[in-house]
Amino acid sequence: MNAYALPDARGHFGVYGGMFVSETLMQPLKELRQAYEQLRNDPKFQEEFADDLRLYVGRPSPLYPAKRLTANWGGARIYLKSEDLNHTGAHKVNNTIGQALLARHMGKKRVIAETGAGQHGVATATVAARFGMKCVVYMGSEDIKRQAINVYRMKLLGAEVVPVESGSKTLKDALNEAMRDWVTNVEDTFYIIGTVAGPHPYPMLVRDFQSVIGREVRYQIMEFEGRIPDALVACVGGGSNAMGLFYPFIDEPAVALYGVEAAGEGLTTGHHAATLCTGRPGVLHGNRTYLLETDDGQIIETHSISAGLDYPGVGPEHSWLKDSKRARYVAITDSEALAVFHELTRTEGIMPALESSHAIAYAKKLAPELGSDKVIVVNLSGRGDKDIHTVANIEGIKF
Amino acid sequence: MSRIEKCFNSLKAQGRCALVPYIAAGDPAPRITVPLMHALVASGADIIELGVPFSDPMADGPVIQRAAERALQHHVSLTQVLAMVREFRAQDSNTPVVLMGYLNPIEVMGYARFAAAAAAAGIDGALTVDLPPEEADEFRSALRAHGLDAIFLLAPTSPAERIELISAAASGFIYYVSLRGVTGASHLDLGEVAAKLKAIRAGTDLPVGVGFGIGTPEAAARVAAIADAVIVGSAIVKRMEELAGEPDKILIELPKFLGQLRAAMDRSPAAPSSVSGAHR
Repeated sequence: MNAYALPDARGHFGVYGGMFVSETLMQPLKELRQAYEQLRNDPKFQEEFADDLRLYVGRPSPLYPAKRLTANWGGARIYLKSEDLNHTGAHKVNNTIGQALLARHMGKKRVIAETGAGQHGVATATVAARFGMKCVVYMGSEDIKRQAINVYRMKLLGAEVVPVESGSKTLKDALNEAMRDWVTNVEDTFYIIGTVAGPHPYPMLVRDFQSVIGREVRYQIMEFEGRIPDALVACVGGGSNAMGLFYPFIDEPAVALYGVEAAGEGLTTGHHAATLCTGRPGVLHGNRTYLLETDDGQIIETHSISAGLDYPGVGPEHSWLKDSKRARYVAITDSEALAVFHELTRTEGIMPALESSHAIAYAKKLAPELGSDKVIVVNLSGRGDKDIHTVANIEGIKF
Repeated sequence: MSRIEKCFNSLKAQGRCALVPYIAAGDPAPRITVPLMHALVASGADIIELGVPFSDPMADGPVIQRAAERALQHHVSLTQVLAMVREFRAQDSNTPVVLMGYLNPIEVMGYARFAAAAAAAGIDGALTVDLPPEEADEFRSALRAHGLDAIFLLAPTSPAERIELISAAASGFIYYVSLRGVTGASHLDLGEVAAKLKAIRAGTDLPVGVGFGIGTPEAAARVAAIADAVIVGSAIVKRMEELAGEPDKILIELPKFLGQLRAAMDRSPAAPSSVSGAHR
């Protein structure tokens, strides 16, 4: 039985989601919806997608029983869903493969993307190289300075990286600029959005492409435990890895869902990115969702040690899951995430992305609370290689 | 009859096309906005489109983005913009004022509260760029309850079914976005605009204004020959940006530019519009 059937035909998750874009994009979004509706029910397309995930991405990604971590924390048994072992090192590629296949079916020859830390930009540039598509990635000029290696990776892959100088010069401004490109070149261009946000149908289709994560966990956990988990934990910036893990379990009320946001320097300092924990509903980037904003409705700049969580909005389905109390949203500070980054590296020999470290840090709090007869699956959404410079910088190490 | 309807009826009777300048409220300094609105009216503006600054103006090109950033440096809020219009109304009770901006500041204020405050301030209509009619039922009812017009966009990508949908939802006038792109782009194709206007007019008797990419008196004159209103934004805002360091000069220089636009448009033959009056 699958009672959960959101979004509705117009892309609403309760009051959230929808299509809040300028008129020029309404018809292209309709065409995208129609193409996706046709392809999601087309066995050949699904087979093509599944083959790419298996042969190119390397799926299924392992579900790893973190026994030493479990022993150290003295509580629930911890399993890590190893999205870090995917090609390009994170869950992002599940979505870019799906959208690039969609773009190819729609006859689009040029793809564009926004990126913050560069992970989604790299995942887009990667699939564009493989499909022989022209690729332009918009990236805030502040982020370009912080992520020089990912910028070079994208260039090696043949993408053009366009620095965005407007606003706060970070991810939200890169998204604005990608939208501006799309509205200008809408005839031949497919916009590959990197998370479960944006106008309908993006939150739905990105979730669908990412839900391979949760579907794999459902059968993989059987091998170890013979039952489904008690709790799922994933970090939430825009929220695509969390939606991918949660979605196949939404109709299982016994499975607790925890989304972990970035508390940055602390929720009371104003320097954080905990949209669901501290924000309120508004409209940005094509959808109604929780936002971090001023009393006048201006979007504010966020802070997190992890660039991938540094976003003042969140996918609209998470806003719905919060209000309907199906999922709980919590926050982890920079220093808590950093401590767990070191702990996982030393305990299991796995270096997690700083984004994923937020999820792991929350699991550390949850494990003793739940007790040793319970099972927690944490989404290890990406590997930490990209963060080595950030960590070294904090430790005062220069290369 | 609303101020907007009255304005279009009167221009129609004179065989003229409306000139609609856009400025961002508070750019480059809040004290300039109201005197500038009066100066624009004195030099030929028929309707003022007043931009409400927003931190993430997705549909705007770099010129209007920077205008919003300048205004936001002064923390210009929607409440302040309403106060500016109230001040403008103290001396001008005829010229329609339309707010143009993005939905979020209005969401935060609340639709009903916004509509009441806007009507009390003397605003005539609102155009929220990121609010298509599909999501606008509640917003339209709130505006209608206070006699305000909900102005919607049509675009080159809008097919016949959307022309019909938007004509049914809109009041006051329809804003036709003349090109695929953001404000201030420079690839205006007048042949395409003319063909689309014909299709729009077949579906509505609301006046149709044309904007995005009209930057010179020559372009304004050519659009004036086929549209009911010419909307000029980036070309005006760019001149203001050049004078941002000496705001008082804006009050001298901008009316000159507007006068050039007006003169060029008035030399152009009037629109072959099917409009027999602007129905709400």
